[in-house]
Amino acid sequence: MIIGLYNDWVVVVLMMIGLYIVIAHGNLIKKIVGLAIFQTSVFILYISMAKVEGGSAPILAEGIKQFSNPLPHVLILTAIVVGVATTALGLALVIRINEAYGSIEEEDIQHLDNQTQDETELQATEGEQS
Amino acid sequence: MKDLFAVVMLLGIYSLLSASFFVAMDAVDVAFTEAAVGAGISTLLMLVVITITGRSEKTTRHKPLLALLVVVFTGSMLIYGTFDMPYFGIADAPIHSHVAPRYIQESMKEVGIPNIVTSVLASYRAFDTFGEVVVIFTAGIGVMALLSVGRRPEENEKTTAIDDSMHEQYLVIRIVTKMLIPFILLYALYVQFHGDFGPGGGFQAGVIFAAAIILYTMLFGLTTARKVINQSFIQFIAAAGVLLYGCVGIVSMLNGANFFDYNALASDPVAGQHLGILLIEWGVGCTVASVMIMIFFNFAERREMQQNNEKINNIEGDSL
Repeated sequence: MIIGLYNDWVVVVLMMIGLYIVIAHGNLIKKIVGLAIFQTSVFILYISMAKVEGGSAPILAEGIKQFSNPLPHVLILTAIVVGVATTALGLALVIRINEAYGSIEEEDIQHLDNQTQDETELQATEGEQS
Repeated sequence: MKDLFAVVMLLGIYSLLSASFFVAMDAVDVAFTEAAVGAGISTLLMLVVITITGRSEKTTRHKPLLALLVVVFTGSMLIYGTFDMPYFGIADAPIHSHVAPRYIQESMKEVGIPNIVTSVLASYRAFDTFGEVVVIFTAGIGVMALLSVGRRPEENEKTTAIDDSMHEQYLVIRIVTKMLIPFILLYALYVQFHGDFGPGGGFQAGVIFAAAIILYTMLFGLTTARKVINQSFIQFIAAAGVLLYGCVGIVSMLNGANFFDYNALASDPVAGQHLGILLIEWGVGCTVASVMIMIFFNFAERREMQQNNEKINNIEGDSL
């Protein structure tokens, strides 16, 4: 039955929601939220691959024969903590951008950048003329 | 949704929900971590950032049609790709036929602890985990480099007084938190040492420990928290954790085995494994807890500095 792939489809839908937020929203905090959603979808992909029907959590105990695969659990466990550390790094960059530009909207930042570029070009041409 | 506060809160709820997904799919260790990290620490960090940058998004005029097109196209390609994937929950999928059976059948004999996730994390794939710890440490250093205020300006008497009176408003929360914090710290230690037998371990324990300290900082202010925990001490512990982890590998190398081969740490291989796992879980716990605290302190410090600057500007503006 093709419906047995529903776990992958859930992952794809979540992943695309995350990607859409990253592309379509100009606000830097929202971009980081989009990345977090994308990240969680990858976690769900790994964990759903590890699941075995009728299996139990991978902690050895009497009378349990079937376990889910422990390896993806290990990979994702560390990935979650690394994920929050890198998210913190991203947020730190957002704070610095906010200090430098006074805004966290992509459009405003681009606008300010273009302005300063124009000004420097103007100054350069004035310098050549004089 | 233009209110970023609501966005961040929804992200926290989503994290908690995905943690319950993980429990349903037998990944108790992962669920534990996701609940502590996603719903706890990362939500908090985002909240601190939106207090600095402002909590509403500007409305944009451009149409996201192209983005929608790209996303739908990529999504349908990915769905097409899933048609070759094994179905959900099938026991003979390729992923279950390589190293996993060995972990499940031999780990009790070779490592001697019931929680397979911990024995894979700390023993079979110790090198991998070492890399992750170094990444966390590096991220902590990166945040410090970006946000550290450096030399702290002299305490402005007026602003600290305002902060104190503000904190006294939430008397109930303060007293309840004061009662809860010792239990949270104790629970973190339990998670740290019980990781061999049940869900838990250094990563989760570190995050829970850091959450207790962050709770304290939020309610009693950064200056009080700094008196309890010295920031340079925290930085020292973060480095010491990584060092402890690496040293365990080097000691096993000096004893004539491979890097992170704990069998050589004691005369009995299983006892050596126990010792090695205990030590590196300590290293992981110390590094994770102190990096999280360090990150939060730096964010809070930045926020305090900006608020002070604004206040000083306001006072100067009034006097003019």
